[in-house]
Amino acid sequence: MDSAIQHITPYKTLGLILVALLVLTGITVGVSYLDLGVFNVPITLAIASAKATLVLLFFMHLKYEGRAIKFSFIGTICFLAIMISFTFWDVAFR
Amino acid sequence: MESQHDHTGIRIGMWLFLYTEIILFGGLFVLYAVYFHNYPREFSAGGKELNRLIGSFNTIILLVSSCTVAASITAIRQASKKLCLLLLAASFLCGAIFLVNKYFEWGHKIAHDIYPNSPTLTGGPHGKNIFFGLYYVITGLHGLHVIIGMTLLGLSFLFVFNDKITARSFALLENSGLYWHLVDLIWIFVFPLFYLIL
Amino acid sequence: MAFSPQKKSFAIKDPTISMTTTPSFYETPSPPELVGIKAWLLTHDHKRLGLMYLWAILFWFVIGLTIGLLIRVELMTIGRTIMSAAVYNSAFTLHGVIMIFLFVIPVIPAIFGNFFLPIQLGTDDVFFPRLNLLSWYLYMFGGLLAILSLFTAGGFPDTGWTFYVPFSIGTKHNVPLTVFAAFILGMSSMLTGLNFITTVHRKRSPAMGWMQIPLFTWSLYATAWVQLLATPVISITLLLVIIERFFNIGLFDPDKGGDPILYQHLFWMYSHPAVYVMILPGMGVISEIIPTFSRKAIFGYRAIVFSSMGIAIAGSLVWAHHMFVSGMSDTAVFVFSLLTFLVAIPSAIKVFSWVSTLYKASIEMTPPLLYALVFIYLFSVGGLTGLVLGAAGPDIHVHDTHFVVAHFHFTMFGGTGFAFFAALHYWWPKMFGVMYDFRRAYIAATLATVGFMFHYVPMFILGLKGMPRRSYDFLPQFSQGNGLAAVGGILLFSGIILMLINLMLSFRKNRIIAAANPWGGCTLEWTIPSPPPLHNFTKEPHIKEYPYDFSDIPDSPQKT
Repeated sequence: MDSAIQHITPYKTLGLILVALLVLTGITVGVSYLDLGVFNVPITLAIASAKATLVLLFFMHLKYEGRAIKFSFIGTICFLAIMISFTFWDVAFR
Repeated sequence: MESQHDHTGIRIGMWLFLYTEIILFGGLFVLYAVYFHNYPREFSAGGKELNRLIGSFNTIILLVSSCTVAASITAIRQASKKLCLLLLAASFLCGAIFLVNKYFEWGHKIAHDIYPNSPTLTGGPHGKNIFFGLYYVITGLHGLHVIIGMTLLGLSFLFVFNDKITARSFALLENSGLYWHLVDLIWIFVFPLFYLIL
Repeated sequence: MAFSPQKKSFAIKDPTISMTTTPSFYETPSPPELVGIKAWLLTHDHKRLGLMYLWAILFWFVIGLTIGLLIRVELMTIGRTIMSAAVYNSAFTLHGVIMIFLFVIPVIPAIFGNFFLPIQLGTDDVFFPRLNLLSWYLYMFGGLLAILSLFTAGGFPDTGWTFYVPFSIGTKHNVPLTVFAAFILGMSSMLTGLNFITTVHRKRSPAMGWMQIPLFTWSLYATAWVQLLATPVISITLLLVIIERFFNIGLFDPDKGGDPILYQHLFWMYSHPAVYVMILPGMGVISEIIPTFSRKAIFGYRAIVFSSMGIAIAGSLVWAHHMFVSGMSDTAVFVFSLLTFLVAIPSAIKVFSWVSTLYKASIEMTPPLLYALVFIYLFSVGGLTGLVLGAAGPDIHVHDTHFVVAHFHFTMFGGTGFAFFAALHYWWPKMFGVMYDFRRAYIAATLATVGFMFHYVPMFILGLKGMPRRSYDFLPQFSQGNGLAAVGGILLFSGIILMLINLMLSFRKNRIIAAANPWGGCTLEWTIPSPPPLHNFTKEPHIKEYPYDFSDIPDSPQKT
């Protein structure tokens, strides 16, 4: 856990991640021109989540962090999910 | 302050701060989700009024800047100060370009009488008013975060230049980087939610 | 039970604790070059910051208390008693805003958390000492803005502390500044939470495992997570109120497509978890006091730890039970009502654990224990009446009546307030090195408790009979209850003032010096001198295998 042995991400990895992110951006823009009915929104959000995951894991080093940060991050996302989904107990059933 | 040498602890603190930022935007995403549920057609129509190309361009800019910030940390840790400065300057520049684009985008919309409480929006369909209301609030708050992030990057640049950030002590740069990635992360969701929704 | 609770016996210095000549933190500024007032205003020392919070929060508490008393005096008789209806509206808003944002939320974490969390963890300070100082300034700045908003642009809001739309957007009173003050106070609370979490993770004594952390610190840890994750929601909500007032977007305005109920969702998404920010540290205080004066390990240490985390998690799932009559869907009413009952479980686990600790214990009565026992009673009443409100059916009958006011004050005042009084009396000798007078403390506690009952019990009945909250006037059938509540209010007020005077008198010239461990407590703060030295520990702290192991406490009354 000490900073001395903390992971250094090589330039090559960073470059590859950037390429992947740009490709995903291209796909999501492309998909937006197609009419896939109800699938458009889920696909778009899935791609956005994939991009976010790449940024988190590699650019933000989440992959190399300890348990405290990993678990608490997941907890935060769960709380966010609860905020949105529980509001729909109201909105979706009015 | 002994704790200054505990990089992991400083990073935990920074991550905790990022959580608060995520939830801050989360409140707005709750509003977005509910109103998208209420007004799917108007949101889709509103999305088509936004310029998808400028949006995509801004996305690419932010992704590149994220990558250069991450690379600047690799650079400083391998003690290549010049490369680090160059990468930081590039990230800062990307942020500036992003803001200029936003400025023109907003200006263009405002010229078409689309701004909070404008006659077109208050007289038009409700969903359209809400869509553009959220658009201004969310991209506005995001823009504010871009400015804060650029300030942090600028500060890091100065500190690297003055050798206050070095291969052994780089917590500020690392935290500025994390903040900048968060700005990118928010945009990764804002972009499809406003520009690409069918 | 040879032990007699006379103050002198608490003042006897304990010979087993080495009374070195280490100067206390009062004599050692940090950073060391600071002198005079700067030694306080620029300090990085968590103990000094805790005391600075203490004085600031006590100031706001007395103001809020006085306004509360004035409100009750106004309601003593039908029609105008001492203030106009407009002043009354601002008064109950001011009372709410001060008591919630400037008193109950920060009170225990900011004062006792700052002072004792690092000590209980066996370390010298919080992880980010400068950030801690910033939190204090944000708190002071927020309070200053609240004062400013009293006298500028339309005066203090008349919206109630909830700032519900559309009224908060339409009213001419100075909502933006007050809301901004709450925003700043929220940041202060958030940064304190951030600091505590990092401290628990990174600065805990290496010898201390998770299940060796004292319960007060555990409760602060659970609280800190709620502070951290819930506060941003209120930040954005309050920002939206400001944005709406300046730009009129209409995000909550049905005329422009908005939904006012969404404001309530966002508001309670924070403000419901916030009541656990208020009560959890109070429960932590009680979990320290009960075993100390029972001379017995706490019953169910793990159960209390997990119920703290359980309350923090379950408390985040139930926010919409404040909105049963708002017009939200019946499905939501059903779901949120059901979930609300879940929160009762961890709260009850704690109450049962405290009572079980007292069972067959050699109980030693002291002022902190008396306050703690009153807490258990008042909080239980508050919790059980909460179930009446959490059940959707009865809630519709008593919603927005004085029943809610009484319930809320039973939990927040009878709960957190009395826990605060208990904490003051428990840790006073440690913080200042002086002991207060017991007799006056007992009289004050009794007066306050009796006053409390006469003050709030009539409100339950008034509420059941249908008297609405926040209304300036009332029908003749409510006179008796309101008269009684006013008398109770005066008793309660005098009890608390007497308590504060008694504590202040402990500083007088012929003061009683407190021992390092006057109560026979077994957590780490009792192993160091009173008041503590700058870095808390002069030698490596000894971490107990089990934090509530009383077997080696020398001052234990069983052995005297």
